[in-house]
Amino acid sequence: MSDTKVTMPAYVPPPPRRLLEPHRIFLLAVFAAIVFCVVWFMRWDWLPKYQWKLIEGIGETLFLLFSTAAVGFLLALPLGLVQVTGPWPLAWLARGFCTLIRGTPLLLQLWLLYYGLGSVFAQYPEIRQSELWPYLRQAWPYGFTALMLSFAAYEGEVMRGAFAGVPRGELEAARAFGMGRFTMFRRIWLPRAFYRALPTLSGETVLQLKSTPLVATITVVDVYAVISRVRQDTYLTYEPLLLLALIYMCLTGILVLLFRFLENRIPSRGA
Amino acid sequence: MAADSGFLNLDLLALSPPGWGGVLLAGFAASLQLAVGGYALGLVIGVAGAFGKLYGGPILRDLLEIYTTVIRAVPELVLILLLYYAGTDAVNALLVMVGLPRVDISGLAAGIFVIGVVQGAYSTEVLRGAINAIPSGQIEAARSYGMSPFKTLRRITLPAMLPYAIPGLSNLWLIATKDTALLAVVGFSELTLVTRQAAGSTKAYMLFYCTAGVMYLTLTLVSNQVIARIERRARRGIAGPV
Repeated sequence: MSDTKVTMPAYVPPPPRRLLEPHRIFLLAVFAAIVFCVVWFMRWDWLPKYQWKLIEGIGETLFLLFSTAAVGFLLALPLGLVQVTGPWPLAWLARGFCTLIRGTPLLLQLWLLYYGLGSVFAQYPEIRQSELWPYLRQAWPYGFTALMLSFAAYEGEVMRGAFAGVPRGELEAARAFGMGRFTMFRRIWLPRAFYRALPTLSGETVLQLKSTPLVATITVVDVYAVISRVRQDTYLTYEPLLLLALIYMCLTGILVLLFRFLENRIPSRGA
Repeated sequence: MAADSGFLNLDLLALSPPGWGGVLLAGFAASLQLAVGGYALGLVIGVAGAFGKLYGGPILRDLLEIYTTVIRAVPELVLILLLYYAGTDAVNALLVMVGLPRVDISGLAAGIFVIGVVQGAYSTEVLRGAINAIPSGQIEAARSYGMSPFKTLRRITLPAMLPYAIPGLSNLWLIATKDTALLAVVGFSELTLVTRQAAGSTKAYMLFYCTAGVMYLTLTLVSNQVIARIERRARRGIAGPV
């Protein structure tokens, strides 16, 4: 109105934190020097000889990760659901299963399945003569089962929270539209619970990736087992382990980016 | 027959030498020592790391970010191998440099170090979140009373963040008890490795693995009870479920 109007100073947003601040350049230089020293002074001549085995090992690790996560997630859905709405014996069973798996180390479960169940199976001639025996003699079914059950138990607990956390009003609205129980589950309850669980699902998948090297202790040849083999063959302590850590870091980074991409595709307001 | 296959042959669990019960209990005690030591070390690292991340200079912050990211991205098993060898090598190199003779580092000390470093990364994140959750007025009030930063930490920040930190910290304790099993891979005789030896030499696999499972499960369930009690106490005076 008049010239004397007190104007607020324009809001100046603080400068965004940039990746390349002066101290970061210094840190990057230090890391570049360390990487150079590692590459130059350590022994890497074994790498070409083992590269194909390493790639196969990474493939095996990823196969184990995705297959156990997929099957485990399918098992986690009923585990979570019966704990929320199921009749009490089922809910009680599901809760007991989750507690049992989450309360004991995965390594112990793995060895229990492989050495324990494996030795029990071997005692029964009926099993030895069945068509499944060629598979039961190998290690990977046991590794797969242990990893899958573990993922199901941890994710079942998450899904229980996700199912319970879907607002009642949405389910009541679905019923008011005349949806049957199954339609309501398929169209409303499951998708809403899944969206809520997605952020934790990414964390659980990374944890699952980090559990996969345990199967190397029961002779499944994943990338960890390949590296152990390299260490035995070349008597090197650090180089193979450093490479292994780098490989896992890259895999984790890719997984995290993948899940972030998925999360961004899902429309969300708060929730 | 049944005694041969051995699931119900409970004599094998007797405490004195023909049975393996005593060995299992010793392994369980070693696991507990590892878990308690590693968890405590992890807490110390976590408190320091959280304060460094919140109040430290830019370089310290970036370094801590790298520490937590790397530790959380690499499998515990790989970290345990790396740190187990690197840690003992580093200590010996240091001793040689100072001019002292090399020492054999006990498996227990190395194991506690490894679990502590791994736990430290996770508890840094948990504690940082908890400190951020304290209303800033409380810390400002402490400052305006003229408390030194250390006294503020001891009297205000640590007690006030406790209710926010306990759920995360209790999860970390449960993870620590289970991570001790991974030290079986480097040959430290804790419960899982002892179980494997017992099972291998008696062929009663199911019996021993199930027994060890029950021991771990008991530890978890007892811990849960204790945690629930601690949480109730830390939350006293806070309204409603948060």
